[in-house]
Amino acid sequence: MRTVFKTSYDADIDYFRHGMHAFWYLALLLIMIVLPFLMSPFAIGEVTNVLIWSIAGMGIMLLVGQTGQASLGHAAFLAVGCYANVLLQNAGLPFILSFPLAGVIAGLAGVALAIPTTRLHGIYLAIATLAVSILADDLIVVAEPLTGGINGLLAPTIEIFGLPFDRYGTPGRFYWLVLLVTVLVVLAYRNIQRSPLGRSFAAVRDSEISAQAMGVNIARTKAVAFGLSTAITGLAGALMGHFAGIFNNETFTIIISIQLLLMIVIGGLGSIHGAFFGAIIVALLPQTISTLRDGLGDILGTTIRVPGMESAAFGAILILFILFEPMGIYGRWIKIRTYFQLFPFYRKDMFRRQKSYLKTERMR
Amino acid sequence: MDILQLFVSGLANGCVYGLIALGFVLIYKATEAVNFAQGDFMMLGAFITLGLTNDQFWGLPFWISVPIAIASMGAFGYLLDMLVLRRMFGQSQVALIILTIALGFVLRFAAGAIWGHEPISLQSPIAGRDVRFGGLVLGLDEVWVIFVTIFLTVILYFYFNRTRLGVAMQAASQNQLAAYYMGIPVKRVHSLIWALSGMVAAVAGILFASKGSIDPSIGLLGIKAFAAAVIGGFGSLPGALLGGIIVGLIEPFASYYIAAGYSQIMPYLLLFLILVFRPHGILAQVHRKKV
Repeated sequence: MRTVFKTSYDADIDYFRHGMHAFWYLALLLIMIVLPFLMSPFAIGEVTNVLIWSIAGMGIMLLVGQTGQASLGHAAFLAVGCYANVLLQNAGLPFILSFPLAGVIAGLAGVALAIPTTRLHGIYLAIATLAVSILADDLIVVAEPLTGGINGLLAPTIEIFGLPFDRYGTPGRFYWLVLLVTVLVVLAYRNIQRSPLGRSFAAVRDSEISAQAMGVNIARTKAVAFGLSTAITGLAGALMGHFAGIFNNETFTIIISIQLLLMIVIGGLGSIHGAFFGAIIVALLPQTISTLRDGLGDILGTTIRVPGMESAAFGAILILFILFEPMGIYGRWIKIRTYFQLFPFYRKDMFRRQKSYLKTERMR
Repeated sequence: MDILQLFVSGLANGCVYGLIALGFVLIYKATEAVNFAQGDFMMLGAFITLGLTNDQFWGLPFWISVPIAIASMGAFGYLLDMLVLRRMFGQSQVALIILTIALGFVLRFAAGAIWGHEPISLQSPIAGRDVRFGGLVLGLDEVWVIFVTIFLTVILYFYFNRTRLGVAMQAASQNQLAAYYMGIPVKRVHSLIWALSGMVAAVAGILFASKGSIDPSIGLLGIKAFAAAVIGGFGSLPGALLGGIIVGLIEPFASYYIAAGYSQIMPYLLLFLILVFRPHGILAQVHRKKV
């Protein structure tokens, strides 16, 4: 087992805990950078999709995992980011300006939603955001002159300093663009976590009452969390629009909202890793299922068609995770890692949850 | 007369929403959990009845398959709580919400795999007949829906406030630990309430299937019923019915008076406004959070 010898208070909030820690992440980054040279364009497209979902996952993770506010409405902010970016591009703005602006617009929309809803807790917040997601779907159809309604919009090719970035034309370059955004978002997320703001998020998540007693302004903190979370989600939405090429209201339905929330639960709430693990599951599951199905069909000599298989498999995986590993994939990984670090002193109940008993808020 | 006709059809629709909402509220009242799969419970109840009744499946008489369907949904609810949800005991509400959403996905898939994804209509003796009150033409199904819903709401209301088990259920939700100390078998009470809610969902499903054709995705109607439960006041049985009727009435009137596209937004807009200005619904059950 490694013991880290800390010589300053800042060591507690360093990016990396020790040298090897830094080495592994830099090695991962290096592999990700050279990936387009090693993989087929199709596989690169899939990896790009995973990265885009991870950005969206980090967006919602900041709100749900870090601040403890359940949201079933994040597809609405994917939509805001996506439409804002493409509309600004169509208005003649270069991507390098329209993309951050899309994030800012989505963030402002999030703050606007947060102001009336920060008084709500738990399920009531989930319901309010659910309503927002449904409303957004319908509003896109109603605002047809702007959004193209059910016919949708076409995402123009991205051009940065004369270089074209296209999902199909130059998949490698588009992948690097997405990777760059992912790295920047990870850095931003990590810095939020280390800052007083991130600590106030965690305080609000763990106990609103004690956070208030420590001098945290709850309403303001929640509003900031909403804004940052929806801004990141908006950036993911803008990339998603370019990845899909063409999009309409159906691209951002309530199902996507639900999927985003379920994704980070599978991945592991409250960690950046969780967003990535969840994104890998969500983005690659349809592909895996269809590959398995074709393989099975070849063996049996028939074509198997079971509609709705993806969401059912997704649901089943999720049920198993919630029952047997509520901390998600990342939680399982931590347990395995601890087992080897402490070998042979790992105890079974090391990560045992404290049981709690419910009390109602209803008085009648 | 147009208005009256709209009113009655809205009322019937609203009663179905109210019945699904009743299922939400029952579970919420007794376990503080929110069952996002309630709409899919209703779908399952409807499909079980349909599978037993329709000629292309089992072809049993309608009045035999109805009690079987209700009983099997009750058993389904009981077993679901006993085998799956009991493991979640003591976890946060949000974890349970996510679990029930996932359960909804699985149920929808299972129903599609068994009964297919094409819309089917139930061969029900109360479908497609008219009743006349003066100049007003009502479907027999609509009359049934309205009466059954009101009857069930009244029965459940008195059950919760007057019977021993009903009061035990409320106690179990108000303070689990104290309820244990008082000798209430909290776990069994939870299973019973899930069974009850499954039975109510089956009734809602049968009535809904009598009003038109069904397919596995009608479970998404649960979201609308959910809005109804919140508008009425989560945790209040008359509130669920009231909310259901409000949502049911808004829909036909909105599509009659407001342009298409805007009209379908109305129930959710109302839900959002209620949450912002009166977060605990019209018949609120929460007074103030005490530290």
